[in-house]
Amino acid sequence: MDISPIVLFWAAIFTSNVLLTNFLGMCSYLSVSREMESAFGLGVAVIFVLTITCALNWLVYYYLLVPLNIIYLQYIIFIIVIAATVQLLELIIERFVPALYYTLGIFLPLITVNCAIFGVALFMIIRNYSFIQTIAYAAGSGIGWLLAILMLAGIRLKIKDKMIPAGLQGAGISLIVTGIMALAFIGFSGIVNVQ
Amino acid sequence: MNKKDIFITSAFKENSVWKQILGICSSLAVTNLMLNSLIMGLGVIFTLIFSNLTISAIRSYTPRSVRMMAQVLIIASYVIIVDIFLRANLPDISKQLGPYVGLIITNCIIMGRAEAFAAKNNPMDSVIDGLGTGIGYTLVLLCISAVRELFGFGSLFGWQVLGSWWLKWSVMVMAPSAFFLLAIMIWLINDHYYKVKKG
Repeated sequence: MDISPIVLFWAAIFTSNVLLTNFLGMCSYLSVSREMESAFGLGVAVIFVLTITCALNWLVYYYLLVPLNIIYLQYIIFIIVIAATVQLLELIIERFVPALYYTLGIFLPLITVNCAIFGVALFMIIRNYSFIQTIAYAAGSGIGWLLAILMLAGIRLKIKDKMIPAGLQGAGISLIVTGIMALAFIGFSGIVNVQ
Repeated sequence: MNKKDIFITSAFKENSVWKQILGICSSLAVTNLMLNSLIMGLGVIFTLIFSNLTISAIRSYTPRSVRMMAQVLIIASYVIIVDIFLRANLPDISKQLGPYVGLIITNCIIMGRAEAFAAKNNPMDSVIDGLGTGIGYTLVLLCISAVRELFGFGSLFGWQVLGSWWLKWSVMVMAPSAFFLLAIMIWLINDHYYKVKKG
């Protein structure tokens, strides 16, 4: 794997968007996309946590799990690292940047169970990314996720008062909108392929 | 509630995918082939049954403050068993499922059942609830993957059903079709099973 980190960064946003092509982080994507502000807050929190935890997990994996030969424990260790990082971030933000805490704070606990965070960590191991590649990929994935949830929140706002079949309201129409977005993003796939 | 009611409720009435909209990530990602869906479903059923059993068995000894962490660790342990089993016995499928086996840990269905059912009920009922939820989930996976594999590859469970005249729909292999099919499935079920009316 010798893809340039810059290419990887753009690829993670557009061609292999973590949500639209890998389906990661769907639960919070569907439930927190009713308003633009909360969608934006959660998206920013995801970028933040994703980049930090992926860097930490990379270090833990290659400097702790591989030398000790306990790779099979990676799931448990990754989850613990993610949970601990989120707790720590919550404390630090609350203590030093209270203004940010009020906008971001409520979303942090939600992130521990966001599969995008855990999924990107597993992808970086499976695809043998280097440390720099991992940071570029994680930051790009976070931005891609923010882009997707902002678009869905915007579209949901527009179609709120439109006539939608009763059975399709809520999750159904959100999934159809996401499907159309995913179709549009396939248009980017000719640019670069990192799968 | 008797055992049969618990099963029916968790598998159909309160189905975690179409009613509670949980565990969407994996139900979309692994549904391009029926075999992958079946294996994934079996993995989730196994994890659900045993995590529900364990969490329910130790529910009176777990302090509330560390409850979540204990549940995650219990679930992760069973997922590791599933992962190691697949790697040893079905290496091809394990490679195709990739990170999605590990992602069973963060699958909201399992945490949801642990929190909503196993932490409050006795072990026997919890096992039945886990089995019901898992079967409901597997059913959704198989329905979506049947359509995707039939139109995308012309086959079912790897058996060529449609002849060589069939023009493969490449969109069925790609991501968007999964979103559309799940949306259509939720729509049909809302209309015909729950009989949602305008109002």
